[in-house]
Amino acid sequence: MNKMSKKFPGKMNKISKNNFITYLLVLVLYIVIQVLLATGNVSSLMEGLLVPLCIYVMLAVSLNLTVGILGELSLGHAGFMCVGAFSGAFFSKCINGAMPDALRFIIALLIGALMAGIFGILIGIPVLRLKGDYLAIVTLAFGEIIKNLVNVMYIGRDGNGFHFSMKDFLSLNMEADGEVIVNGAQGITGTPHDANFTIGVVLIFLSLVIVLNLIHSRAGRAIMSIRDNRIAAESIGINITKYKLMAFSISAAIAGVAGVLYAHNLSTLTALPKNFGYNMSIMILVFVVLGGIGNIRGSIISAIVLTLLPELLRGLSDYRMLIYAIVLIVMMLFNWSPKANEWKEQVKEKYFSRRVSKGKGVK
Amino acid sequence: MKKFMSIAMTSAMVMSLFAGCGNTAANGTADTTETATGTDTAAESTDASEETAASGGVFKIGGIGPTTGGAAVYGMAVQNAAQLAVDEINAAGGINGYQIEFKFEDDENDPEKSVNAYNTLKDWDMQMLMGTVTSGCCVAVVEKTSSDNMFQLTPSGSSVEAIQYDNAFRVCFSDPNQGMASAKYIGENGIGTKVAVIYDSSDIYSSGIYQKFVAEAANQPFEIVSAEAFTADSKTDFSVQLQKAKDSGADLVFLPIYYTEASLILSQAATMNYAPIFFGCDGLDGILDVENFDTSLAEGVMLLTPFAADAQDELTQKFVTSYKEKFGDTPNQFAADAYDAIYAIKAAAEKAGVTPDMDVSAICEAMKSSMTQITLDGLTGVGMTWDASGEPNKEPKAVKIENGAYIAM
Repeated sequence: MNKMSKKFPGKMNKISKNNFITYLLVLVLYIVIQVLLATGNVSSLMEGLLVPLCIYVMLAVSLNLTVGILGELSLGHAGFMCVGAFSGAFFSKCINGAMPDALRFIIALLIGALMAGIFGILIGIPVLRLKGDYLAIVTLAFGEIIKNLVNVMYIGRDGNGFHFSMKDFLSLNMEADGEVIVNGAQGITGTPHDANFTIGVVLIFLSLVIVLNLIHSRAGRAIMSIRDNRIAAESIGINITKYKLMAFSISAAIAGVAGVLYAHNLSTLTALPKNFGYNMSIMILVFVVLGGIGNIRGSIISAIVLTLLPELLRGLSDYRMLIYAIVLIVMMLFNWSPKANEWKEQVKEKYFSRRVSKGKGVK
Repeated sequence: MKKFMSIAMTSAMVMSLFAGCGNTAANGTADTTETATGTDTAAESTDASEETAASGGVFKIGGIGPTTGGAAVYGMAVQNAAQLAVDEINAAGGINGYQIEFKFEDDENDPEKSVNAYNTLKDWDMQMLMGTVTSGCCVAVVEKTSSDNMFQLTPSGSSVEAIQYDNAFRVCFSDPNQGMASAKYIGENGIGTKVAVIYDSSDIYSSGIYQKFVAEAANQPFEIVSAEAFTADSKTDFSVQLQKAKDSGADLVFLPIYYTEASLILSQAATMNYAPIFFGCDGLDGILDVENFDTSLAEGVMLLTPFAADAQDELTQKFVTSYKEKFGDTPNQFAADAYDAIYAIKAAAEKAGVTPDMDVSAICEAMKSSMTQITLDGLTGVGMTWDASGEPNKEPKAVKIENGAYIAM
């Protein structure tokens, strides 16, 4: 707080204040959880959920960049996560033991980001020529292609170097000492367990810094102008392809980092419809939509709430997923239906009328 | 736009969730009253266990498996059969005089959810784990049990890595074992000379068996003439795979897959007038119960399985009757594995003389060594023993379907 107020003597401008609240939210959550962990007040379930929470928050934030800021509906976000997860895990599995763990993990994160970013550009070039529904369907197809490709990939290593096959394990023709690294549908097993909550939060911070600064930069305004009126943006000389690709590939790269974190949290990595299929892509989109399209802070909160919900409902056993769906509908209606908004306004006026009128006075 | 999207997305989510529930519903509502009886007995057993709690506590055994989603059939079977075994043991006086409490958590066949389920059970003070049901989840969970040093016995996690640590054991055969045993059986008994394989490349179980089968086939007197894969996304039409097998002149088709797809393959082969010998593994068990499936098509199908619901021995008969009575369903091989798993835990715990007041790690150490000393006559094998690697030693049985029933060969 001190630092910030020194930087902005007097009133902070609205944007940096807004961003500051977002950073503060993550920081406070982190400190609260760390305190609870230190005092032993966290159940094993919650402790196990911390890293997945970080992963989903990053995915929601990064998808919000595509959906909210760039204004394009992407249904293939899990595909980028998949690319990041497999490239990161592949690197870790190859190098494991040959360099210090911390260094290896950092490089794995960078590789995951890079690979997902490259895929983002490759997919973006043809895909971003499309608009709206067409783009959504092509990204959906892309996600499925990635998942299926990973499922038929066999990569092994022996004394002679790497062997690659798309058929089966035997056509790798490895020598007896060979080790299979990517085993088709069985994926990569035995990835080192490097992810922890602190690393997850650091990565959330990094993605927030990147995304929020991008949004409020010159490039970000260009991207939003494309979203709001493409023809007008083009007429004032904004390079549409460049800015679209920029947003799309940054969003993909952050998803890739989330994927690397995912791969280093579980010792088994398989590309199932459940974790890297369109179900997951839609799940991430639900985080974004519930939290508010273009609202980064909302994405963080809704990702946390919706990830915790099914686990907190475990007590209901068989009715768990049914209740989860109903709660989701109710939350969606409460947050976004016009009637609910009217009602919220009324309640606000009734109970906080003094503050509201004061606020108006300042304006 | 926003409003449209939120509605579209919510309905998509809800639909997929309902689709997930559909399976469970089909399974669970088969007999709601039965389930109610199930809970009654469970409640009774908890009552009973509360009584003994005063005199020294209960064993808390946890189970993990999918009870919602696509693999729900397996999770439900394991949950039901394990509960059945626990109730029987409790009625007969428990383990070392202590009652057992059993709690089963859903993992949706997702490794991430499986770890969550494990942590939930840990919060419940679980002392031993009977799970997980599916291989992929088991690989993720075994990592956690190994670092917590908790005893784990999986009924049906068959991949190699599922029990890679010394605290983990399994009841079923490993995938490579099944592939090897199938290849040997076909070779030694001269069942076929030209073999075609149809397998699910997106499934760990199926591709695991396939890989070992092909490796072992090199040492056997038959030849693999075609190997065609399908994936979870395309498992309704098998005419291409069957046509290739037919064109290559295969006289035996090896199906290391689950029975739902196998029943489709059999029907489609019949319409093509293609009648080779079909040979499968334990996943084919249950094919006679598939709805709307003409069981005469399955005549002559051979499979390697440790369990057949209509075997005539007393133990199987008793298990099948009480399972049917309670859950209104014929138990499959997963159920049998889970039933054996609970009895194996009982035998090992009695051998080691563990008591509920020991901590998790001490129980694990004691169970680890006693597990290798017990011999269990269970549903899935007579005289089963385990070695320190966690693999069971039991003979695979080959059965043939004749006149709508499994006949031992």
